[in-house]
Amino acid sequence: MATFKFELVSPESILFSGEVNSVIVPAVEGEMTVLAGHAPVVATLKPGILVLIKTDASNGKEFFVSGGIVEINPTGMTILAEQAKFIEDVDTAVLDQEILTAETRLAAAPEDESEQRRLHDQLVQLKEFRAVFEERRAN
Amino acid sequence: MPSLKDLRNRIASVKATQKITKAMQMVAAAKLRRAQAAAEAARPYAERMEQVLANLAGGVTGSSAPKLIAGTGADKVHLLVVCTAERGLCGAFNSSIARLARDKALALKAEGKTVKIICVGKKGYDILRRQFSADIIEVVDLRGFKQVGFVNAEAIAQNILARFNAGEFDVATLFFSKFRSVISQIPTAQQIIPAQIEAGTAKSESVYDYEPDETEILETLLPRNLTVQVLRAILENAASEQGARMSAMDSATRNAGEMIKKQTQLYNRSRQAMITKELIEIISGAEAL
Repeated sequence: MATFKFELVSPESILFSGEVNSVIVPAVEGEMTVLAGHAPVVATLKPGILVLIKTDASNGKEFFVSGGIVEINPTGMTILAEQAKFIEDVDTAVLDQEILTAETRLAAAPEDESEQRRLHDQLVQLKEFRAVFEERRAN
Repeated sequence: MPSLKDLRNRIASVKATQKITKAMQMVAAAKLRRAQAAAEAARPYAERMEQVLANLAGGVTGSSAPKLIAGTGADKVHLLVVCTAERGLCGAFNSSIARLARDKALALKAEGKTVKIICVGKKGYDILRRQFSADIIEVVDLRGFKQVGFVNAEAIAQNILARFNAGEFDVATLFFSKFRSVISQIPTAQQIIPAQIEAGTAKSESVYDYEPDETEILETLLPRNLTVQVLRAILENAASEQGARMSAMDSATRNAGEMIKKQTQLYNRSRQAMITKELIEIISGAEAL
């Protein structure tokens, strides 16, 4: 199966860089699976889980991303995450913290309508993800 | 002519100073390694961000472009964001950034433009407030944070953005020191609003699909780009500061060593002179008998 180059970059470090078979990305308009030879796309991300599919031992590795942007071009795929963590390092406390910052930011947001809508969407997405995450935990 | 006791005291005091500067140098060296690693880790993100932005901005035409790229159309009020260290004893590090900012501010004022200053870091404020106390609108204090990170940069960027959206300024410039090596840090001025994007750097000719549409992506990306630029400035600054401190303390230690050598020589010489003098006195006393 064809592979392609994938990089997961957060402001503090490069979390992953290497060849993968496919990646499942939580894009704003729905999750998408990216395979090799995907058409060039730029999309924004929502809080969610990113899954790497590879042929070697680290297959199925998962990351939590709190938002960001994905760029897919013929040479490979890059995710610029706002914040990314290994899923093992994430717990509900981290998410609660995220939700809290989103709430304060929304409260302090300027009158600008589009900005408010964006922050509100972000908050809703975070809360949704928290519910999904807890469910996953429970199973 | 200082007495032997004076000389001994002087040597002891220089030795104590040398111990301090030596310790500071070693601490700076250890911190430098961490700061340098952090600065280098942040680089790929900033670079990729630039690439994506360049690709995107190439597709957005004149009037529909967001304000953060196109600017307000005016060039009247300039905001200078001056990033310096919180601590001194690092050679010319703080003063060279402050000097660059001051020159820029004076040049702008000479052109009849309004200047507003945000100081990030106490030292820059200390230097600039003598001349520009009326223009400084805010001082950001990062002393309480051990490891300055994304959160701090985001807070500063949000602050700048809020002021921009309120129409408080037209052009923003960021001042910081670029880390090149331990002995070379380059004070740099970088214009952050309107963002300077070289559309020519877009290397791939491929046409992108945008999800959601281009302008919306640009709107989320541009504020983030601002945060990333501020973060980069802070991290580069941290590495530069430690580098500057390390080389400053290294030369201070060396100077102290030289001073000790000179003083010790002087001490030995005067001690010898005294012994010789006493010997002559004894001999001449014996001869007189």
